[in-house]
Amino acid sequence: MSAAALMTEADPPLLTVAGLGKAFGARPACADISFDLYAGEVLGVVGESGSGKTTLLRCLSGGLTPDAGTVLYRPAEGGQALDVHALPEGRRRLLMRTDWGYVHQDPRDGLRMGVSAGANIGERPMALGARHYGRIRADAADWLARVEIESDRLDDRPTTFSGGMRQRLQLARVLVSGPRLVFMDEPTGGLDVSVQARLLDLLRDLVTRLGLAAVIVTHDLAVARLLAHRLMVMKDGRVVEHGLTDQVLDDPHHPYTQLLVSSVLQA
Amino acid sequence: MYVAVKGGEAAIDAAHAQLAARRRGDPDLAALTVAQIRDQMALAVARIMAEGSLYDPDLAALALKQAWGDVAEAIFLVRAYRTTLPRLAVTRPLDTAAMAVQRRVSATFKDLPGGQVLGPTFDYTHRLIDFALAAEHGEDASNPPPSAEEPLDAAMPRIADILDTDGLIEPETDADDPDPDAPVPDLTRAPLTFPAGRALRLQALARGDEGFLLSLAYSSQRGHGTTHPFAGEIRMGTVEVEIIPEDLGFPVTIGVVTVTECQMVNQFQGSRTAPPQFTRGYGLVFGFAERKAMAMALVDRALRAPDLGEAVVAPVQDEEFVLSHLDVVEASGFVQHLKLPHYVDFQAELDAVRRMRRAASGEGASS
Amino acid sequence: MSQPDAGVTFGYLDEQTKRMIRRALLKAVAIPGYQVPFAGREMPLPYGWGTGGIQVTASIIGPEDVLKVIDQGADDTTNAVSIRRFFRRVAGVRTTERTREATLIQTRHRIPETPLGPGQILVYQVPIPEPLRFMEPRETETRRMHALADYGVMHVKLYEDIAHYGRVATSYDYPVMVNGRHVMAPSPIPKFDNPKMHDAPFLQLFGAGREKRIYAVPPHTSVVSLDFEDHPFEVQGWDRVCDLCGADDSYLDEVVTDDIGGRLFVCSDSDYCAGRRADGHQGPAAASAAGEALADTMEQVAREHASEDPA
Repeated sequence: MSAAALMTEADPPLLTVAGLGKAFGARPACADISFDLYAGEVLGVVGESGSGKTTLLRCLSGGLTPDAGTVLYRPAEGGQALDVHALPEGRRRLLMRTDWGYVHQDPRDGLRMGVSAGANIGERPMALGARHYGRIRADAADWLARVEIESDRLDDRPTTFSGGMRQRLQLARVLVSGPRLVFMDEPTGGLDVSVQARLLDLLRDLVTRLGLAAVIVTHDLAVARLLAHRLMVMKDGRVVEHGLTDQVLDDPHHPYTQLLVSSVLQA
Repeated sequence: MYVAVKGGEAAIDAAHAQLAARRRGDPDLAALTVAQIRDQMALAVARIMAEGSLYDPDLAALALKQAWGDVAEAIFLVRAYRTTLPRLAVTRPLDTAAMAVQRRVSATFKDLPGGQVLGPTFDYTHRLIDFALAAEHGEDASNPPPSAEEPLDAAMPRIADILDTDGLIEPETDADDPDPDAPVPDLTRAPLTFPAGRALRLQALARGDEGFLLSLAYSSQRGHGTTHPFAGEIRMGTVEVEIIPEDLGFPVTIGVVTVTECQMVNQFQGSRTAPPQFTRGYGLVFGFAERKAMAMALVDRALRAPDLGEAVVAPVQDEEFVLSHLDVVEASGFVQHLKLPHYVDFQAELDAVRRMRRAASGEGASS
Repeated sequence: MSQPDAGVTFGYLDEQTKRMIRRALLKAVAIPGYQVPFAGREMPLPYGWGTGGIQVTASIIGPEDVLKVIDQGADDTTNAVSIRRFFRRVAGVRTTERTREATLIQTRHRIPETPLGPGQILVYQVPIPEPLRFMEPRETETRRMHALADYGVMHVKLYEDIAHYGRVATSYDYPVMVNGRHVMAPSPIPKFDNPKMHDAPFLQLFGAGREKRIYAVPPHTSVVSLDFEDHPFEVQGWDRVCDLCGADDSYLDEVVTDDIGGRLFVCSDSDYCAGRRADGHQGPAAASAAGEALADTMEQVAREHASEDPA
């Protein structure tokens, strides 16, 4: 547990999830999920594919409407807690480009592939009313540097970028508006191991430095160990174990977690 | 010598006079009569009625004559005329099971109640030019068509109905339709918005461009949005058109139309909510228009992908794409509007390109 | 006033259709810049050739109206002639080439140079009503974006132009924000004309026949061309005047006069140009052979029009 997370526990949680459930047809994709997430805290959600992780993430972020339960979000400056799924769509979209961010596994889903890197980073500020080209561009250049992309690529389209660069560009596009909470769906999936390592370093650095809260879905326990303060282990749509990352990974209680951990160690 | 490009009314009048003369052709040749076109160019007339969405063979034949043989132009004429017609009544649904069948084939069963009826078809002709037809009066004394040895079966149930009794095919009415008795929307009286729903889709397909639908259907067969189709049944013939006048309260027949109907039967693996069963694609077109009816049925089935929980991966499955682009009058107008003057916009582009070139060469010089 | 064709409803459309279109127009005026779907009818002119504008004009025109039709700013272009003739035939109304005389002006691609006044109505023909179309092809999504005023993508396009070309490359159909709420396509008028839409004293109606949308800008409504603070919206300018009338404030068309590079630059607004010449203004090439030939043709077409419409 990081010091930042401990310090903020006096404040009410950023996100309060209670009894969340979503079924497709007769099969529940996730059921009875409850947890709190505090400012600056990173929650890892692990489990094999099909365990309901991505469904949970989409329900949390408002992309999918759950069948049961609520997601409460507390905006900054002590605003009233918002019931995410009761918000009109316009408010939810606004939240998604101000306080929140979503990082897709496939960067093509999160980027505009037809316009330059600069325009990709500039889109959120422009949607929020930024109207000074020079400053928008300077901010975009700054963020390009922070995600370790050469500044001369500012006017290039992401179609000319490698997979790792695209993923870093997606991060810049999301982080430029200073979100407090970021949802990440397998952010390192689909990348080579060496590229993954570099992205993980960058992610950990950014999350710490910006004091971001995050929910990171991953099937990769190494990613979870490196980034997450706390872990939720999911199986068949339910949480089977929940605790501090080190505890869960070093002393797994549930047989399924034990299986997950041991399979990694043997590999 | 400068020649002005702007045209006045005199120029337009002269163009129309030229068109009229060219349309008539050699005045020493007899002019075609509308009756000749209606009877001897009946398939072109059928296409004009279908895509013009107005059943009137004489009018369609006249339109074809006026359009110098251009089917798309004739469709346009019929459509513009149709706009001005009053709506006097809404007919009851056609009962194609009661069709006076002239052709009926099924590719799914070797034999079936009522049998296979080939009727007038190009299917098994060898496509060899028949020079006998070129003789001026060679075919006037042609033989009357052979009469069938035995009259056609009076009962010719539709294949889909036969499968339906076994529960092997989805029911005809959509069980999910919240209000099956609601009046069917009219594409030509209400703006098309998305999602359109099947009733509007079928209307749009029925008057859609045959070439476009044919290519879309073909694309689905080649794997872009596969539908695994079988031609369950194709039937052509005449059906009665009925209305229920308000003051009578019972149906009366107001006429007879020739239509072609196609029921495609498509394999379906089942989904979370539906058991494996056959699904339907439906085509119904004015006149003898077998190719169009089959293409329509394939496209109809492909467009049902989202309703059946199938992934939408190909243009043929994309309702907005198909319905926005299938109308020959819309497409023809917009493509051809490019020949209208665009001087002003082109001037604006010229100006923009010149500025950018100046800016670029300026940068080149300074670096 | 000439007699309309017998057997055709006044204005071609039946009264029910006109009512339907007027309802759409009222809604459009009530929500400036919002695209109202309407059940566009099939007209006897092709889609893409002004069917939307024609339906709007046909729904609001009355026997006392004086109609002017322009295409590219000119009254003598073939499609303008054809549409003017259509309304003479189906409505029997008086037509004019003079901007000041007209009560109703149907236009394709221009706003007249002569300022319009209160009581005049400008009807635009619109090919693609959706300003978001080329960033987002889906109608379902663009309608949602309008509903939520989710317009960030418009500035993405402008940003991209500046990043690549140093300036906004869009030169016509330049998007505008109407009444601070709806982003709107002004139809393919050159951006030169955009400022004329802002706080205009006249009613502006837009008809898109093929796409079946109607929208409007009521009088004295704010119409702001999208831009950046440090790259403000700017219109085209010429470092020359009209070769025929010498105007330095009008949109110029480039006319190719021979195959060795000869060019004339003349007002695209034929009425404005003719009016200035009648007032004695002369451009630098007015006396040249090419200039005289061009002026002659324009006058001949105008005479033709006058003779067909004995007002």
